[in-house]
Amino acid sequence: MTPPLTQADIDGEIADLHKDCDGQEANHPPRDFAPYRSSVLRHPKQPLIMVKEPEAVELTGPVFGVTDVTALDADLTKQHAGEPLGERITVQGRVLDRAGRPVRGQLVEVWQANASGRYPHQRDDHPAPLDPNFTGVGRCLTDDEGRYSFTTIKPGAYPWRNHVNAWRPAHIHFSVFGAAFTQRLVTQMYFPNDPLFAYDPVLQSVTDERARQRLVAAYEHDLSVPEWSLGYRWDIVLDGPAATWMEEGR
Amino acid sequence: MKATPSQTVGPFYGYALPFPGGGDLAPLNDGGGITVHGYVYDGAGDPVPDALLEFWQADPSGDLSGAPGSLRRDPVTGAVIGRHGLDFTGFGRVPTDADGRYALRTLMPGNGYISVCVFARGLLHHLYTRIYFGQDAFLDGLPAHRRETLVAVAEREGFYRFDIHLQGEKETVFLDFG
Repeated sequence: MTPPLTQADIDGEIADLHKDCDGQEANHPPRDFAPYRSSVLRHPKQPLIMVKEPEAVELTGPVFGVTDVTALDADLTKQHAGEPLGERITVQGRVLDRAGRPVRGQLVEVWQANASGRYPHQRDDHPAPLDPNFTGVGRCLTDDEGRYSFTTIKPGAYPWRNHVNAWRPAHIHFSVFGAAFTQRLVTQMYFPNDPLFAYDPVLQSVTDERARQRLVAAYEHDLSVPEWSLGYRWDIVLDGPAATWMEEGR
Repeated sequence: MKATPSQTVGPFYGYALPFPGGGDLAPLNDGGGITVHGYVYDGAGDPVPDALLEFWQADPSGDLSGAPGSLRRDPVTGAVIGRHGLDFTGFGRVPTDADGRYALRTLMPGNGYISVCVFARGLLHHLYTRIYFGQDAFLDGLPAHRRETLVAVAEREGFYRFDIHLQGEKETVFLDFG
């Protein structure tokens, strides 16, 4: 029988892989990152094929509008009759492209666990309570400055079965569209100074420390509202070319 | 500016990202509609029941402007009521089912292919591929043994099969746009 995989095993694997990368700049995680065991059979082994077509469909992208969201969607604390349990927070920021230009009128979707670290999903069956007043799904469109804003509660950490005593640091899942399909991003926002960062193979799959820091929101006292909520700021920079880049001769 | 890193969509997106009618880009009674369906497989050849596929495509004339309204909402209840069937939004989103299977009902893209973005638990950074329906100059530039992974197999009038292999002997060609 294979002995159960321990945190020390995973820590060792992560350390080895980080050492191999040795401070090299990398914006995204490699798709093959074995400490996150689910990645082993789910990444391509052949190199990706580079596409350089100026007419590529992917340089354009889906559009969204006022019919796709309702005003209440950005407040995850108001989707049920009662108030959810937990620490009320606001998360705000801007969605920008690589040139720092705002990504306007695009869809931002979020989902998260409740304050106890439980998702309302049949496959999340760990013994933490569901909250009848919290689903944990939100969406909004970015404004003309690329801004988004959500009111929610701070999600809890939760256990998962990657290895023995594996816990995910608290995070909010984000799904973001840019002007082009190539700019599509699904990621996770973390909270500052979480003691679980070092143990988490999903966050540590981003091998460049500077890039990992870009996944961590900043607590911003001026965004906190007296007697009401704590404020976090997190800006998102989308990778990938858009048609406008091609027009500019890039 | 430096890009925000990707992270996996994880196992629990199912109550957040999929929406009713996500794979129905064309109304069922729209003449000329096509169905594209298939499975997503992992490197062991097992179906992937927790993948999420997104589709973006031109309309039959080749127009890529799309239209809002893929997730059209009822302003009274907030529920998704789906596309109104008048504009072609060009965007679809379909989670694989417990068998690792998906189906897309759409119109034939005027420029020959549908772009696909693949998300899954275990996939730390999404993957792009394309569904082609016939010969194309782009396909000609690929190694012959891998070319066919991007071509949908015509089954019968209006029905096409397109499987995605994340890894393994039949590994699908995935794309990088720089």
